[in-house]
Amino acid sequence: MSDALLSVEGLEAGYGEVQVLWGLSLKARRGQLTAIVGANGAGKTTTLRAIAGTLTPWGGRVMFGDEDVTRLPSHVKAGRGLALVPEGRQLFSAMSVAENLELGAFSPHSSRSYAERLNQVFGLFPRLAERQRQRAGTLSGGEQQMVAIARGLMSDPEILIIDELSLGLAPVVVYQLLATLKQLKQAGLTILLVEQNVHLALALSDYAYVIAEGRIFTEGQPAELAAKPEIRRAYLGL
Amino acid sequence: MTAMLELDRVTKRFGGLLAVNNLSFVMQPGEILGLIGPNGAGKSTLFNLINGVFVPNSGRIVFNGIDITGEKPFLVAHHGLARTHQIVQPLTNMTVLENCTVGACFGREDLPLHRATEAARRAAALVGLDDRLHMLALHLTIAGKKRLELARALAAQPKLLLLDEVLAGLNPTEVEHMIGVIRRIRDSGVTILIIEHLMQAIMSLSDRIVVLNYGEKLAEGLPADVARDPQVIEAYLGDPKLAMQLESKDGGASHGNAANV
Amino acid sequence: MLRRPFFWIITLVIAAFAVSPLIGNNVELRESLALAAVYITLASNLNLMLGYAGYINFGSIVFFGLGGYICIWLVDAHSWPLGYSLLAAAIGVSILSLIFGLGILRLRGPFFALSTIGIVEGVQAFVENFKPWGGSSGIYISPEVFKPLGGPGPALWVIYFLFVAVMGASLYLSYGIKISKFGLGLLAIGQNEDAAAILGVPTPRYKALCYSASAFLPAIAGGLYFFKGAFIQPSDAFDLTLSTEAIVICMLGGQGTVSGVALGAYLYEELRGYLLTSSTFSNFQLVIAGLLLLVIVLFFPSGLMGFIHSRFPRTQKVLE
Repeated sequence: MSDALLSVEGLEAGYGEVQVLWGLSLKARRGQLTAIVGANGAGKTTTLRAIAGTLTPWGGRVMFGDEDVTRLPSHVKAGRGLALVPEGRQLFSAMSVAENLELGAFSPHSSRSYAERLNQVFGLFPRLAERQRQRAGTLSGGEQQMVAIARGLMSDPEILIIDELSLGLAPVVVYQLLATLKQLKQAGLTILLVEQNVHLALALSDYAYVIAEGRIFTEGQPAELAAKPEIRRAYLGL
Repeated sequence: MTAMLELDRVTKRFGGLLAVNNLSFVMQPGEILGLIGPNGAGKSTLFNLINGVFVPNSGRIVFNGIDITGEKPFLVAHHGLARTHQIVQPLTNMTVLENCTVGACFGREDLPLHRATEAARRAAALVGLDDRLHMLALHLTIAGKKRLELARALAAQPKLLLLDEVLAGLNPTEVEHMIGVIRRIRDSGVTILIIEHLMQAIMSLSDRIVVLNYGEKLAEGLPADVARDPQVIEAYLGDPKLAMQLESKDGGASHGNAANV
Repeated sequence: MLRRPFFWIITLVIAAFAVSPLIGNNVELRESLALAAVYITLASNLNLMLGYAGYINFGSIVFFGLGGYICIWLVDAHSWPLGYSLLAAAIGVSILSLIFGLGILRLRGPFFALSTIGIVEGVQAFVENFKPWGGSSGIYISPEVFKPLGGPGPALWVIYFLFVAVMGASLYLSYGIKISKFGLGLLAIGQNEDAAAILGVPTPRYKALCYSASAFLPAIAGGLYFFKGAFIQPSDAFDLTLSTEAIVICMLGGQGTVSGVALGAYLYEELRGYLLTSSTFSNFQLVIAGLLLLVIVLFFPSGLMGFIHSRFPRTQKVLE
């Protein structure tokens, strides 16, 4: 069993006639937090969508563990331990917190009971326990992000894929969420994170990829990457 | 020398949203000015203000000495300003030649039909569509449609060309080809204002860069200088203080401090 | 235009219309062709807005009806000769259309279409209450008016040749516009009005011109039609059925083509004539029209001529 829980090879994808990803390869290693950064339009969200199955890749492979999951529909992937926390939360805002969590819990592969998972999630996010009957749409931005992450956790995933953590959230809230992610990582969860703020991404991750123009521009250990001008080049061209 | 384009404190509001805020800059004839900025910075809105699709709430737009603030798009076109769109707008059931002929007929020169057809052919040849003159626009590939968008704008013999993401969705070979075409267009005397997300392309094409963020001008200057401007870097890469506070909370146990980025 | 084969095809068709009823003094053929000429006139002029500029005018009947009223009124109340009355009707209706246009041409798509119906309803309501034009009873003209034309018999021939002339003018006009710069601008508007404006097509002016141009000849046709019948009333003059049929014809024949619309008009008129006289179908005329429209929209969106052009590409240059 390789140390890469999730492995993407030569991924090609796009929308309609427009191709966005031109052969992208990356790995998310077990028990690590892998970050993806890059300018808007570079293909970060497209990559996550193709991995999660919301978008069908035009070419390339997505390997989850030893299995080729490239063309599996997203609900099946979710059932196998691959959970996506989408950009902008995308909660069921008319439903309560508890209902949102329940909807995330469909997971044939999980060995733990629904009650156990719910307890774990409320343990990580006590605020949600207090507000479990509240309509999700009435929560604050930070609380909604908690629900989104919690919902992802309810399927007892092996890998949690998060599209934009810090977007639109106050720093104080971001720190809380990051602390929780650290805890989860220590408990063995693999995390793949797309993050708008490069500095934050480098500060958090064990390994980082920089996407530009639909390809991996550069990659490496955060400390190495921080020392080179490559990231700036990826964002600003020079 | 009259400036080709002058924006003087242009502002545009949509309800409560300030899309473009007090923006001013000047373009000289024959230059390529690149307009960059994070998503939602107001770049496409600015194009729409310049060519008359939107009317500014305040400020002036002067094109080649003529005040075109708030003028309707077809009048702006008659003054010699042409534009391509981010989402291409071909006249689908007309051929490549017919599309370009429309551009030639109604642009700056107001040509009669037969002269316009000649101008159309020349424009199509410049972008490499002369092998597909009688193909219906709807049968073109995305690269073909982008070339058509450009040819149609060129057929009007504009003095100023606004290019909105003309490279988006093209493969690397097509991007190379288009960059060559854009350089040739400038060499033929057309001034170009270009929005592009392909940073390497726009930085190498542009003589100067203007950076927009939240509708305001963040920086202006030579590409190399703009790329090193700390404010610009922060706009794209995010606030470094966020990470530094995290590290201090952590007791310094994090991985990189991204100080050199 | 004279160098194009289609110009000569149009000329041939006009000649055929003019000459064929003369052979053996065939009055029945003349009447049938007269009606066909009316349909061709209405559909070809409607095609300018519908097929070229992409604006669906459900109320094109208003030009026909108003043209009829102005002509009849001038002939009856002011004893004007037919020729001047027709011309005055055409000019009057074109000017009126510019006024209507100021109001409705800034609307798009379904809103424009509905507003054209509104205009017909409004005009009909006005005329029904307008005493000088006979209100809802309409106007009868006395047979005296046929005297200058040589009496009722010869008058019908004169009127027929005028119908053919108006039809011919409509075909030449619609073709001439299609191959002109104005026509190119209209077609661009029909494809993508915003893109056309950005390219420099003066859209407000062109749309107004097109709308007004599409009113002129139908007004003359209306004047002739009601003069011939020696009677006009609001319910006939502003019957939306006729303009709806014109739309069906344009789509059946191939909107945007001159030949298709003309062919469609002729075929439709023949079909309609058959249905009206056949004992089985006489009440189903409009149902058939509706069904036809459904079939065309679903299976043959480019109409008859579109189908012919795609099967026989050579015809594209000849049958435009």
